[in-house]
Amino acid sequence: MKNPYVPFPMRIEDIIVETEDENVKTFDVSFVGKEDEEQFVYTPGQFAEISVFGKGEAPFGMASTPTHPGRLEFSVSKIGLVTGALHQMESGDVVGVRGPMGNGYPLETFKGKNLILIGGGFGFSTLRSLTNFILHDSNRGAYGNLTVIYGARKPGLLLYKKDLGAWQQRGDLQLHLTVDKGENGWQGHVGFVPDVTRSVGPNPKDAYAVVCGPPAMIHFSLPVLKELGFQDEKIFLSLEMRMKCGIGKCGRCNVGSKYICSDGPVFSQAELTQLTGEAHF
Amino acid sequence: MFSSARIVRKDRLEGFLERLLEDREVFAPVRKGGLVTLEMIDSVRDVILEYENTKESPKAAVFPQRETLFGYQAEKGKVALDVPRGKEKEQVLFGIRPCDARGLLLLDRVFGGDCGDPYYAEKRAKTLVLSLGCVNPNPTCFCHSMGGGPCSPEGSDLFFLDLGDRYMVEVGSDKCEALLEDEAFEDADEKSLALSEKIRKETEASMTPLALNENLKEHLGRLFDDPAWNALAETCLGCGICTYLCPTCHCFDLCDEAEGGTGERIRVWDSCQFPLFTQQASGFNPRPTVKERFRQRIMHKFSYLPETQAMLGCVGCGRCVIECPVNLDIREVMTSLSEGTVPA
Repeated sequence: MKNPYVPFPMRIEDIIVETEDENVKTFDVSFVGKEDEEQFVYTPGQFAEISVFGKGEAPFGMASTPTHPGRLEFSVSKIGLVTGALHQMESGDVVGVRGPMGNGYPLETFKGKNLILIGGGFGFSTLRSLTNFILHDSNRGAYGNLTVIYGARKPGLLLYKKDLGAWQQRGDLQLHLTVDKGENGWQGHVGFVPDVTRSVGPNPKDAYAVVCGPPAMIHFSLPVLKELGFQDEKIFLSLEMRMKCGIGKCGRCNVGSKYICSDGPVFSQAELTQLTGEAHF
Repeated sequence: MFSSARIVRKDRLEGFLERLLEDREVFAPVRKGGLVTLEMIDSVRDVILEYENTKESPKAAVFPQRETLFGYQAEKGKVALDVPRGKEKEQVLFGIRPCDARGLLLLDRVFGGDCGDPYYAEKRAKTLVLSLGCVNPNPTCFCHSMGGGPCSPEGSDLFFLDLGDRYMVEVGSDKCEALLEDEAFEDADEKSLALSEKIRKETEASMTPLALNENLKEHLGRLFDDPAWNALAETCLGCGICTYLCPTCHCFDLCDEAEGGTGERIRVWDSCQFPLFTQQASGFNPRPTVKERFRQRIMHKFSYLPETQAMLGCVGCGRCVIECPVNLDIREVMTSLSEGTVPA
């Protein structure tokens, strides 16, 4: 029996400071063992548990895309014990990784459809993975129009600036960046993500919406999508809860009878309305 | 049903246990500091068989309260992991009650499944359950209302029932073939079979069934936002003793214990009754008050587990009823919720 609790080693190759407050860093890590690399087959929206030995583990969605093999990227907001320790680490250091875990985004369902990805703040990491996956030459033809709406409190808190710049240059993606509060030189929208979504007004025909971000953003985005005509089956959300085991045993990340770690983290709004459980947004 | 039944005369039980001790670890009820607890025994003379139930459930034998998952040695740029080796000897849980034997079946489902837990599986495979039926259930017992019974062999590899001067022994699995070779076992006679059936029926009849809603799972689902939870949870202190004593509660935490670069990743029991259980690093807590945490415990046992594992998360052992410091009685909670009217 494979031991799902034992992490394998990965080496930090590069660390990118993402935000002006330096609270979010992206860790670019490589597999130490060839076998670990071969077994780590993932889709956008899945996550992994990262160990800092001596401190513990925390779950992070893969911010990288499987179309870029050999490396994984995790964006880490410095907020607790493990994330604080991760922020102290340097290139060359080794972390432990368990995964991939969770179901990921339903790529087969999305094929041939128009996609509207709605993200906020730090929750954008797996949407970045999904966007880069779809934009890859080997996949782009399989999906319809791609619209990305991404917001942060202010311009300096937007992640993945290099990607955002590259996406803006492309003709096959509509990117709408917004900040709660503008600054000199800011050329994108000013306003909350749900309001920008309304003004962008994506067409629900042959389309799926994917929402990932802070609870308040999700809470106010869902009615807007409904207003635009998106049915519950056409809206997918990526949820988060405190997690430990990542394999549906330790008992803490459930919403009703579903575990976010093993049944999710991606659910359709139609599935979520069937669940009894603490409302998270 | 009794095709493979045996009997063991009482004066031959001690010899049987002694032979078990020769090459196995035997856990049995013993008196310790005024309590009856399940302990690994050195001597058969310590074993007591006149008792209601052990203070704690036997779950620690397969799911220890603290367990090392792996040790590690980390230095700059590399790490070495060391997974501990499993048990060498078989372990026998002798004299546990039918409710607790059934509790292990729920744990089997939770720790099994698509992503099996190797630590649990390894111990469970080396565990023999030799349970002892209850002929005098506690007033706090309600196994009969939770799908089990005081004389139910479910979950036991061997099930013993006291017939006065001998035990009826039912064989519940093929894990005990070697044990049944022991000279203490004799074929069961018709008289013993009839007596055993009589005791089973009388004991079951002596227990009052709880008046529970027939479609409990669906009923609870509709009651999720009912104001009744406020009153039900009002006296709960959130101490978590119910979850620690429960034979089916299985929530755990994973943490690191380290000194310098050397340490261990350990698994320890945790409880959904504690606020930190679900509190996120941001400070946000989806179950911020006792009410949500109390509701989670009830919903998990009576709604979520029936849905995901096709089994109730309660075996009716009554430990939480006996030990709750504010006398919160899960039987009253379930009866009251069963009566609850669904809000319009």
